[in-house]
Amino acid sequence: MNLYVIYPEITVSILALLLTVFDLLLPSRETRRSLGYTALLVLSVLAASLFWQYHITASPYFYQNMFYYDNYAIFFKQLFLLAVILTILFSLRYTESIKYKSEFYSMLLFALAGMMILASANDFLTMFIGLELMTISFYALTGFSMNDKKSSEAAIKYLIIGSLSTAVMLYGISLIYGTAHSFSFSAINGNPDIFSLLSIAGMMMIISAMFFKMSVIPFHMWSPDTYEGAPTPVTALLAMGSKAAAISVFMRILFAAFWPAADYFLPILSVFAAVCMIGGNIAAMRQKNIKRMLAYSSIAQAGYMLVGICAASLQGIKGVLFYAFLYILANAGAFAVLTVVEFYKKGTNYDDFAGLSQSSPLLAMVMAVSLLSMAGIPPTAGFAGKLYLFMAAVEHGYLWLAFVGFIMSMLSVYYYLKVVRVMYSDILDPVNINISSSLRTAILISMTATVLFGIWPQYLSVLTNLAAVTFLK
Amino acid sequence: MEYFALTNAWLIPLMPAIAFVLIGLFFKRWSALSACIAVFASAVSFILAIFAAIAVIGSGISVDAPFVGHVIWAEAAGLHFEMGMLIDPLSVMMLFVVSLVSLLVQIYSIGYMRGDKSFGRFFAYISLFSASMLGLNISANFLQMYIFWELVGLCSYLLIGFYYQRIAAREAAKKAFITTRIGDFGLLIGILLLQTVFGTVDFLELRQLLPSYIASYGTGTLTIIGILLFIGPIGKSGQFPLHVWLPDAMEGPAPVSALIHAATMVVAGVYLVARAYFLFASVPALLEFIAWLGAFTAFFGASIAISQREIKRILAYSTISQLGYMMLALGVGSLTASLFHLFTHAFFKALLFLCAGAVMHAMNDEADIFKMGGLRKKIPIVFITMTIGVLAISGVPPFAGFFSKDEILSAALSVNTPIYIIAVITAFMTAFYMARLLFVVFFGEKTNMRLHHISCFMQIPLVLLAVLSLVSGLGGYIYDFGYWIRFGAPQPEHMDISIAVLSAVLPLLAFILAWNIYVRKKWSADCIAARMGVLYTISFHKYYIDEFYAVLCRFFIDGIGRVMYFIDIYIIGGIINVISGLVLFSSTLLGKIQTGQTQRYAAAFLCGVIILLLCGILYFNKISGITAGGGVL
Repeated sequence: MNLYVIYPEITVSILALLLTVFDLLLPSRETRRSLGYTALLVLSVLAASLFWQYHITASPYFYQNMFYYDNYAIFFKQLFLLAVILTILFSLRYTESIKYKSEFYSMLLFALAGMMILASANDFLTMFIGLELMTISFYALTGFSMNDKKSSEAAIKYLIIGSLSTAVMLYGISLIYGTAHSFSFSAINGNPDIFSLLSIAGMMMIISAMFFKMSVIPFHMWSPDTYEGAPTPVTALLAMGSKAAAISVFMRILFAAFWPAADYFLPILSVFAAVCMIGGNIAAMRQKNIKRMLAYSSIAQAGYMLVGICAASLQGIKGVLFYAFLYILANAGAFAVLTVVEFYKKGTNYDDFAGLSQSSPLLAMVMAVSLLSMAGIPPTAGFAGKLYLFMAAVEHGYLWLAFVGFIMSMLSVYYYLKVVRVMYSDILDPVNINISSSLRTAILISMTATVLFGIWPQYLSVLTNLAAVTFLK
Repeated sequence: MEYFALTNAWLIPLMPAIAFVLIGLFFKRWSALSACIAVFASAVSFILAIFAAIAVIGSGISVDAPFVGHVIWAEAAGLHFEMGMLIDPLSVMMLFVVSLVSLLVQIYSIGYMRGDKSFGRFFAYISLFSASMLGLNISANFLQMYIFWELVGLCSYLLIGFYYQRIAAREAAKKAFITTRIGDFGLLIGILLLQTVFGTVDFLELRQLLPSYIASYGTGTLTIIGILLFIGPIGKSGQFPLHVWLPDAMEGPAPVSALIHAATMVVAGVYLVARAYFLFASVPALLEFIAWLGAFTAFFGASIAISQREIKRILAYSTISQLGYMMLALGVGSLTASLFHLFTHAFFKALLFLCAGAVMHAMNDEADIFKMGGLRKKIPIVFITMTIGVLAISGVPPFAGFFSKDEILSAALSVNTPIYIIAVITAFMTAFYMARLLFVVFFGEKTNMRLHHISCFMQIPLVLLAVLSLVSGLGGYIYDFGYWIRFGAPQPEHMDISIAVLSAVLPLLAFILAWNIYVRKKWSADCIAARMGVLYTISFHKYYIDEFYAVLCRFFIDGIGRVMYFIDIYIIGGIINVISGLVLFSSTLLGKIQTGQTQRYAAAFLCGVIILLLCGILYFNKISGITAGGGVL
């Protein structure tokens, strides 16, 4: 057993436990910022150390192939680490306002550990453990604002629908196990028995649970309510981490386990991608609350990433990885700004953003850049990402899907720019906004990276290429 | 250090770019700091450019064996974009000129723009311009060059409209942008054609591909590509008939006119033709067209400059005329002469504009030369430097213009006599209108106005540019400009005595003529103007080209516009309104589904599962058919 392949997960779990212990040791006067900074430090070192883990040749397994430590997994682990680091950076102020501070950090870290396990899952059991670790942490996190009724409502809704999806998934897994007699992805891949109706049904059930996590229409109904009710940092992590984690394991299941049955699911997938892009973008237009708008927009973003998966090629997977990365950056920027506005205006409606360019030009700019990136307008990274995705789709015969994508990206500009218009043109009692240095760091990272990868995508492109090539081997 | 500067030449444009970001984002409000950052960045660029130049000379890099650096910019299925730098004597010469003039102009601007509310903004724009122009100079392919080409256009737009409170400035900025866009569109199509025909837009790759292409396909497509590419320079370098924006561009501050609309940006067109000279030179008809257009523009610009009254307008038409000269030189096949003239012209024309700026600054922004007079004693330093500038542009030996103009004339004479004659006449006219400008402003009746003080920030660049106007021609002649910057075999510098004597005598005659008219008043200028009649009117009204365009616009553009407006509002608008109504309606509808009831959500979820299952089963049956029915259920 080469234990070192799970060192990121071990580190994160130990850190999560240690933080609760530290909390007991620290004097009660302390604001618990030190916990946040400790977590930031450890996670940053961990994220940086993963750069040396990319391997060119053989990728190590752990525990009878249940856990796979390939470049693809490492890429996603870094992605989740980045998402959590950014979330902690801009939620330090929020954390001060809640009662159970160390528990909040621990939950975040357990969710992170779950996501990281998901990225490496090579077995339905591992997948299930990772998924539940992540999801259960998120149930708790969603209801973290105890005095807020909406937060509790969101958590309960999420829990109920989440349990339903878990039930469906478990049923699907049992059907697969019944036909293939194994949980292992590689064993399922080589087994001719999966070409049976039962197995296909199981496959579809597992896919539907994945769709739930990625909030693909019609499994998306929970997401607007949960996004709106959950504390904003949690919403951010739900949108960034949870979705990316689901995509990482979804691709693994499709390409590692069910690949021989691709003929069955790829056409279905393309229809869902189209529905997602159309439904998400159209529903986002009439929203008054920006958090809800971002929820619908994240549904649409899931649709774009499905387009890349449909292409089922190196280009497509590379596009998905690329897009997932910059999607996290853009969301981090947008949600960071959202937390500040929420803090000062006690609301996240469009009106609350009025005159933001006057009270804080930096925030307005970051928000604008992030939204433009989501809309895919050059020179932001979103443009490069969509270019990769749609090109891959066109190359593999999904011209109509790319076409739907183009049209819907154009439509999406409407509601993204609506925010920008409100920020820059409407002037309503500008308030004095001061930004903490940690939040400033978070938004500067997200904005710089968004613009940088837009102007010069090559670095990220090389990294995603590396991950995608070994993934398809 | 030299080697570092060479391999990291991308730092040269990066410096002002950083200055732009710093000033634009953070320090706009602190005037002194903005100026310091901008000047410092330019100084670093200039020093790096000098080192790069030393490295090029030292390491034997020539136009045949340039130094190239590439990075991959983006790759997407089948497409491959590169960003690169191409360092050869040609680009290094441009780097040197642009960074030097830009540095001097920025120092001058500290004095000229002092007290302006938008001081920081000015330096941010100027820095952005330097960055784009330097980036254009080291571009290794057409696409990259086009990006910077557009960026300098944008900066030009921003700086012409710098005083955006004034309607004239706004209009001029729009005019400049739209007119050059016509050219840029041609250029863009040309570049796209290059990409489709050759599969690359890299200068060096194209240079290698071209001979075999011509051998097998002839020059038909190439001529079209060349003409399209050349439309870009016509717009950017103010060639007839797209020159109309350049005189209006003088609405911008004088340093802007000096830097952008005299010394650097407007020569981008000449530079582009020089960079792609392998392409133009392989189509003789194209070269002849360039030569004639250049010659005509040279004469045309000079003939208008002769009758204008505003000091900067005279210089603007003079710039058009001199740019025509450079094109003419390219057309008659002498890249060396053209670039040599570009080199010297950058210095003396920047000098003239800065002098004009100083005069206007001293005279409270008075622009009409006939309202000035007798400034010789009051601002002696401007008088001396401007005299040097005038002598340089008129081609009096040993000033800079003499050498470069002489080379153009001898190149023209060896190829095409009519063009040579036009060039000689233009040279005479140039000397005359420049002398007119000098005499009217600095001699004659004295004005009683109290003049503004001219600070040392403004004086130092004037003196330095004057020195350069004096020595750059001679230096280029002695150190064999043609050995470094050339197309084909090295051209040793030589001087045709007959041409040299002619081009030395002509300006003197012109000076005597102008002296008699404007200082001694032997002949009345008005009287001559009246005698010339129609010719004078045409020249004064700039051949009515602006009016012609206005009429053209009113009939064609407005007419088409009205039709389009109808179609847009009633037909397209109607359709769009219906569509957007539908979209918004469905958006509301989708929102309605979201009732907040968890039971509904669960129901939707289960519907989704059922749909997926049905689809899966359907596909399964369709694909495996009934044949594989064996182990199923």
